[in-house]
Amino acid sequence: MSASERQIRARHLPAARRRAQGQPVGPPARSADLPPDARNVIEFRQVCMHYPAGDIGLDGATFNVRRGEFVFIVGSTGSGKSTIMRLLIKEREPTSGTIRVAGRALHEVDRKKIPYYRRNIGVVFQDFKLLPNRTVYDNVAYALSATGASRKEIRAKVPDVLRLTGLSTKLHNYPDQLSGGEQQRVSVARAFVNHPPLLLADEPTGNLDPHTSLGIMQLLYRIYRAGTTVLVATHDSHMVDRMRRRVIELQGGAIIRDEASGLYAQREQTTDEFSDMLDSAYHDDPRRR
Amino acid sequence: MRVSFFLREASRSLRRNAVPSFAAMASVLVTMLVLGVFIPMVQATTGAANEVRGKVLVDVFMKTNATDAQVERVRRTLTQRTPHVGNVTYVSKAEAYAKEKRQNPEAYQLLGSNPLPDTFRVTPDEPGNVGKLRDALAPVTPSGERTVVDPAIDEVKNRRDETTKILSATRVIKLSMALLAALLVLASVLLISNTIRLSLFARRREVEVMKLVGATDWFIRWPFVIEGVIVGALGGVMAILLLLVAKVAFIDPLKQDFSLIAAPETINFGVLILVLLAASVAVSAAGSGLSLRRFLRV
Repeated sequence: MSASERQIRARHLPAARRRAQGQPVGPPARSADLPPDARNVIEFRQVCMHYPAGDIGLDGATFNVRRGEFVFIVGSTGSGKSTIMRLLIKEREPTSGTIRVAGRALHEVDRKKIPYYRRNIGVVFQDFKLLPNRTVYDNVAYALSATGASRKEIRAKVPDVLRLTGLSTKLHNYPDQLSGGEQQRVSVARAFVNHPPLLLADEPTGNLDPHTSLGIMQLLYRIYRAGTTVLVATHDSHMVDRMRRRVIELQGGAIIRDEASGLYAQREQTTDEFSDMLDSAYHDDPRRR
Repeated sequence: MRVSFFLREASRSLRRNAVPSFAAMASVLVTMLVLGVFIPMVQATTGAANEVRGKVLVDVFMKTNATDAQVERVRRTLTQRTPHVGNVTYVSKAEAYAKEKRQNPEAYQLLGSNPLPDTFRVTPDEPGNVGKLRDALAPVTPSGERTVVDPAIDEVKNRRDETTKILSATRVIKLSMALLAALLVLASVLLISNTIRLSLFARRREVEVMKLVGATDWFIRWPFVIEGVIVGALGGVMAILLLLVAKVAFIDPLKQDFSLIAAPETINFGVLILVLLAASVAVSAAGSGLSLRRFLRV
């Protein structure tokens, strides 16, 4: 980006963002390329989101996510992580700015088409959001039948994805009979059963202990390795530091850092143990052999 | 595939939400029971009122010495030349005498001869037209006196006070019954939709999740509508069974014992069943389908 361009953009940027730009920002942000790019799965362009109560969800956020990337969105509570997720599943409309997913501007998706749009996105939540009165199998099967899949298709796909997530023995349990980690696995299975090109996870490990969190992260990583773009909002600094993936940091709704292989916070040290561990887990998977 | 999926979903949620479903069914049952009692009652009262209105008539008394030819002439006048005539009944001197004598033998024994005139009982085409009919038969002269259209007629009477009283009374009865029925229907619709909304509110999280995995509005709604149909039909059928028991146990014996209370025309029981069933199914299906709208906005 040229200097003049930067000046022009800076004039349009909100104060919070300008302040943030004064800080040492990571490698030249890729998110600055302006024209729509076919390689981008997600594009945010100057997206602002002001909630009716006056809270600022997002304040001029601009970033791109490439196909097949694994991205962490970090920041403290209220920094706008969940707002990004909500905007991406079109649960909310941005106050201003453009969001493109797979090249399509979200504001052009009309209300009736939202269900069809959502079928291309898998979503995992902190509180799992499982249907409490359905078994593990039925929870996953519901996501498939909602997309109009035949019974035959469901019978073929559901056991498959449950095996991938390590739930083969829990098919007929109800969510309240499972541990938190298992429930989150079900929710990952449900998000992934359609093999969506994009998977969003909003604090997927927020309710889980470190060990269980690791398992969930491994699962998400495996899904990413299978070619899915994965976007994880988290404040689990440990996990981010171990995985050394791209990190987008938010503060007060503005992006203050975007690094290709960052840490949760800049002061922390690097370790490679997680990627080693993930690789071994990846090769241990019987389905991959 | 689709239909069987929706049916399975509906029966599953019925089983899983037995208590709220039962509450919805009970409210359907109660309102249908009340409606089932109320509809025949309204009809009976308005029917009775109509019967009384039907009795509003104009008596045309002939002169006691009227000849048969004169009677014939008046009859022709009534049936062919007078407006607002519904029905004309001729009661001859002799008939009237026989009837009165039967009711009051001693008095007529004393009387000896027959003092009664030949009479035409004229019913107007509409009870409200009784005044016009009388004016046609006995026009008011400019001096305020009434004349008669035929010299053989002695007098035209319409028992004026009674008639107006009956007419206003039946109007009030009909109006208040209609108002009461409308209020009752409104109350039952509110009750049912409120119960359904409560049971849906308990499941709003479920609907939210369904929306998130990309289910269309109708995909979510159909099982709820089917559930509403089942609940409505069950409540309706039970209400009908109870009504049937009540009818067989109480109304039917009563009818035989008090045949004097001429049962005015009421709705046929079969038709009543159909109306109640259709109403309960429609109200609860529409209730669950519409109540869902709020929760579908995610």
